[in-house]
Order: sequence, then C-alpha cells, then structure tokens
Amino acid sequence: MSSSQHVASTPFKAPDSSRLQLNEQGKLRHFLTTESLSKEILTEIMDVAESFSSVGDQAVKKVPVLRGKTIVNLFFENSTRTRTTFELAAKRLSADVLNINVATSAASKGESVLDTIRNLEAMQVDMFVVRHGDSGASHFIAQHVAPHISVINAGDGRHAHPTQAMLDMFTIRRVKKEFDGLKVAIVGDILNSRVARSQIHALNTLGVEEVRVIAPKTLLPLDTNTLGVHVYDNLLEGITDVDVVIMLRLQKERMSGALLPSEHEYFECFGLTQKKLKQAKPDVMVMHPGPINRGVEMDADVADGTHSVILQQVTNGIAVRMAVMTMAMNHQVSDQP
Amino acid sequence: MNIHIKQGYVVDPANDITSVTDVFIADGHIASIDSLPDDFRADKTIDATNKIVCPGFIDVNTSLREPGLEHKATIASESKAAVSAGFTTLCCSPNTIPVLDSTAVAQLIIDKAANANFAKILPLGALTVGLKGEALSEMYALKGTGCIAVSQAPSTNISPRTLRLAMQYASSFDLLVILKPEDAGIKGDGLVHEGVMSSRLGLTGIPVSAETVAIAQAIALAEETECRVHLTGISTSKGVAMLARAQYEGVLISADTYAYQLQLTALDVGTFDANYHVSPPLRTAESRDALRAGVASGVLQVSSGHNPHDLDSKLAPFTSTESGVSSLETTLSSMINLVKSELLDWHQMVVALAAGPAKTLGLEEGHLSVGAVADVTIFDPDATWIVNNEQWHSSGLNTPFWGETMTGQVTHTFVNGRLVFER
Repeated sequence: MSSSQHVASTPFKAPDSSRLQLNEQGKLRHFLTTESLSKEILTEIMDVAESFSSVGDQAVKKVPVLRGKTIVNLFFENSTRTRTTFELAAKRLSADVLNINVATSAASKGESVLDTIRNLEAMQVDMFVVRHGDSGASHFIAQHVAPHISVINAGDGRHAHPTQAMLDMFTIRRVKKEFDGLKVAIVGDILNSRVARSQIHALNTLGVEEVRVIAPKTLLPLDTNTLGVHVYDNLLEGITDVDVVIMLRLQKERMSGALLPSEHEYFECFGLTQKKLKQAKPDVMVMHPGPINRGVEMDADVADGTHSVILQQVTNGIAVRMAVMTMAMNHQVSDQP
Repeated sequence: MNIHIKQGYVVDPANDITSVTDVFIADGHIASIDSLPDDFRADKTIDATNKIVCPGFIDVNTSLREPGLEHKATIASESKAAVSAGFTTLCCSPNTIPVLDSTAVAQLIIDKAANANFAKILPLGALTVGLKGEALSEMYALKGTGCIAVSQAPSTNISPRTLRLAMQYASSFDLLVILKPEDAGIKGDGLVHEGVMSSRLGLTGIPVSAETVAIAQAIALAEETECRVHLTGISTSKGVAMLARAQYEGVLISADTYAYQLQLTALDVGTFDANYHVSPPLRTAESRDALRAGVASGVLQVSSGHNPHDLDSKLAPFTSTESGVSSLETTLSSMINLVKSELLDWHQMVVALAAGPAKTLGLEEGHLSVGAVADVTIFDPDATWIVNNEQWHSSGLNTPFWGETMTGQVTHTFVNGRLVFER
C-alpha cells in the first residue's frame, strides 16, 4: 500500500556528451569521440603527438611522463593491432599496463560492464582504454567511472574510434601541412564504420574543403548529408581531384548479410587500382586503417605504391595515443564532487 | 457510500457533456449528473472547483511484470500507480513469465488484482503459445477465464500465415486481437529510428517500413478475416495516414500511440541515454506531429505503453539496455501538455484515454451515464509536480521525465464508486 518498497535511488540521467569529455577548464579528460571537440583540442592532440614522435627513434624508447600510473586496456572485443599500439604507447610513457581481455573472461560469466569497471576501480587504476562491441559503451563507462579515472575510447561498436581518426589526421597533416582546401574521399562500408564517423567529424572540424563518402546504398547510413559529407555511389566520380583517399576495411559478414553480392563485384565497383587512382590529384595520399584485404578494397600495387601511407599510419598511431593518454591523464579531476 | 462531486468541469464525451456541474455517485454507480437525486445524502462531498471530472482512464497496453518479473514491478505496485494517475482499468499485457497463454496464469493475475484492489485489471491472453508465433493459444478458454482480448504484443515474431489463421480463429469467438505493428524481419536488431541519430551514434536503425509493412499486413488480414484488430504503439506519420484511410473505408481496426510518443522525438536519445530506449523507437518531429493530429482526429487512441524496469535494466551500454518507459504516471501530463498547447481539447483527450479504449474493448465503462459504474477520475489540470520519489508510485523508475516538472495531477480516483486514491 505504501511506497516504502522504493529504494532511495533515482534513475540515471545521461549528461551532455560534449561536457563529458572535457573538465571544468575545457581540457580533454576523456577521449570518446571526435564529435563536438574544438579545432584547438584536435590540433593540440596532433601537436603533442608531434613532440612524442621522436621517442620511438631513440635508443631508449621511453619518457617518464606517466611513471607510477596504471593504465588498463579493457578489451570487450578482440583486437591485436589497436591493443598493441595502446600498450606500446603506455609503456613508452613509462606507465604500468594491464591488458584485460573481457571478451574471454568476466563478460562471458555474466558480469555486467558496470561490475567489471567497479572491480577494476577498486584496484586503483588511473585510466581505462576501452574497446567494446556496443555503440556508446565508452560513453557509458565514462559516465560511471570515479572522477579521477580517464576513459579513452579504442572503438565502440559502429559509433566512434577517435584515436584512429586522430592518427589519420596526424598523418595527413604531416604530409599536406594544412587541412584548408583539402578534398578527402572515404570509400567503403561507411554504415558499419566507427572509423569513418570519427574521421568525418575530425575532418570537418579541422576545416577541410570537402569530405566525400563513396559506397553502395546498402553500406551508407541514412541522412548521411547531416554528417557534413557529400555522397557518391560511383568511385571514379567520387575520387576525382581529391587529395586524400581513405579506404575502409570490408568485413566478410557483409556478404552473408545480403548487403553486398560478392567481393568480386565490390572490387569491380569500389576497389582502388592504380588506373582509377589517376582520377585523383597527382600527389594523392592513400590511407587504410588496416588490416587490408588485398584485391578487395585495393590492389597490392596501390597498397604498396608510392601514394600509400598505410605503414606511416601505424607508426603515427603510437605517438597519437601517447598524446591522448598524456593529455587526459593531466586533466583528470579530483575525487571531490 | 454516496459521493457528491461539486462544481467540477465535467467532461464526458459519450453524453456530450463539457460543462461545470455536479456528479452524484450512489451504490457504486452514477446516480445523477447536475440535479440532486431524491433522498440523496452525501457521505462525502468533494469540491471539484477548477478541476476536471471525467470517466476513469482505460489502458489497452500495460506491462505489469507479474508473474515472473516481480523484481521490476508487481500487480499491486503498478495498479496503485495506475489509480494515482487516473487509470481505473488496465489491460495486462501477456508478456509475463510464464507467458499469459493459459487459464492458470490468467486466473492468477485476476486473483492478485482482486487482492491489490486498486484498478480493474483485464488480462490479455497470448495469441500464440508462449508468444512464439507458432501454435494457437486456447483462446476460447482464455476468454472464459476473463481475458478481454488476445494479443501478440509485444512480440512481433509471427509468420503472416499463422497470424491470418490466429485472426480467423479469434474472430470465431468475437475476440479482439491486439498487435504491435512491427515487422520483425525489417526491424532486425534495430534500436533507434533510422535517420540522423542512428547515423550519428552508429546504432542500428529501425526503418519506418518496419511499421508500415506490418500495418499494411494487419489491415489486409483484418479486412479478409473480419477479425476486430487493435494496433498498439503507432509511431510514424505514414502509419497514421494508413490507419485513417482504412478506418474511413470501414475496416474494423483501431489503434493507439503511447503518450510519451506525443512528446518526445528521436533527437532526445541525445548521447546514448537509455531512458529513451523505447519500442517502437522515438521518431521524427514530423511523425510526432502526425501522431498528435491523429489523436485529435480520433484515428488514434492513447495508451501508456507502460514498461516498468528495475534500475539495472537501464544501466548498461545503450545496446544492452532493455527498452521501455514507466509511463502510467506521466501519461495524463503528456496529454495535458497538448491541451494547453491547443492541439487537443478536453473532449478529445477523454475520448483518447477513456471512451475510445472502452469502445475498442467493448467495456461498459468509459462514460458517466446515469446508471453506469462509477469509474471516475478527478484531476487538477494546473497543478504542477516534480517527478521524484515522493510523488512516484510505480516500481519502475525508468522515465525520461525523472526530475522534471509536470503539469496536471490526479486528485481523486473512484473505481466502482469506491475512492481508491486521493491526494
């Protein structure tokens, strides 16, 4: 009869995401998405990455920036490349690193994400690098961690992969120097790509002239134009006069899911070859977040050719992740509410 | 017990009353409107000045969670919440554990409702065994136990052939069939409206066609089988247009939208706010406006779409949260918003919440005719309140309106002439 059965608790209300990533001074404390971050912050990430980029060339590949800090690579989804570069980045900053592959441990025993986080928090860690198959998982964790812990999104579902996008921006800046006036084409599975979403936001914020997406309609999200891109369903038209071509990885599941008929037909229509690449500017850069399916997204000639910066992207990934980790760790807030 | 409700603004669409007058209740029935009946001595007099007096609200689609999910809510907790929000009759959705596909479960719910003794609870039998969309449930027996209709909602997993046969069978016993129009194949693992937000957030979209294909199917089958059909949870402008046309052409099909759909849009999902994870998904402002117009024109009724959850069900990454809003207690305020914005009048509001559902379900409630059972709601349309623990009765705290100020609050609720709630 009475309302005494009510526990004295209230439902959780999600705060605004643009606030979530920044501390009270407007500095980066979580890195969850490139959306809504200012040009200044994105530029700062690249500047700091530049200062770290020589660390890998030294005989002793370490700086004492995050000595005594504990970083947890919390991977709810398998990944080798991203986890490795995060681990290397943390180690080069002299942090202690813990790799937890939740995909094969707690989650399969039925533990909730929140319980996993609470348990690790109790071990007094300083940062979570999170990869999760659900869009929004990093936001969720950032909303619920203790104030002195930072969260870096290492890929959440189909939503965002901001460090990948920033290493791509860093790679573009190193080659092209400026973003003004650049035309960038992103080719492939935009619908399912967290990388593409993060790239689109970053490119627009950094002020490129035009972002194009090129894909068949089954691989394009609806209302793509609201993301600030021009849509093409023809590769040759789409890459005409562009300065940068970013090829996305095509997952095999797209064929079984009736989104595409075959890899062969995909390559015919959307695969990049040296011949097709002639449509782009003569100094075009070809990028790919890896791993490449040769003969599906691009020819071996293109992947290993003079326009390709794919391996630089991997190297730059370490410096960019060092930058983001350092910035977020420096801007954590105290435990006092 | 004799009750005299004085000088309220009485809204009773069935008798075309919208005026300030008195209501007299005696022996559980409406004894008179306006004039004092002979030999009437009031045991209780309620001053309803500046309040609205109307038939109690009837909800076609409420998930009560009992049996099986008592950690989310119980029949007692939710029927108390219902009367605090002006609802006097609830149709209990069959998505219990075990599924409400047997007379035993139906009887259990009826007994628990009698013990709770707040709102009237009418079980909705499952259309198919286990809501699996395969074998037909024992509809005749369910009807005999007291099921007012049979429903496949919220499950939508049924082949067109099985649905057609189930509707034919139900119509043999003049049973209303309640469906949630959502094509399971098109919906897939969709979570939010396919559009700007699904594109931005990388959440799988639910296209408008998931609803329109199912509505088209329901209309065609209703026409062919002559089965009475009610569609619950319309969310799209195209759906409203299809239903308006079918009703105009004489198909026996009624429909409702959830009250919160009249207020919110897909943009409210913001940054993965699980309180806005609902099914069907919140759609565009254009669809929301069409739903409002559909309620005003009478094409749509309004149900709560009440889905109470425990807190943990919403405490996870968006994709892993459960859909639904605990919405009984915000339904009236959602409707009052529309009246205050002059998108509805009081008459239309009471049609949508009481008279319309009563007609669809074939109930004798839903009006204030002399001699009718006295299911009466009195509310103050101008009272403001904050959605918080002091005001809330449902065990489900999963509402996007938590902490917000709402306008309009129930002050008295009568079921069979018995005062079951007063604030």
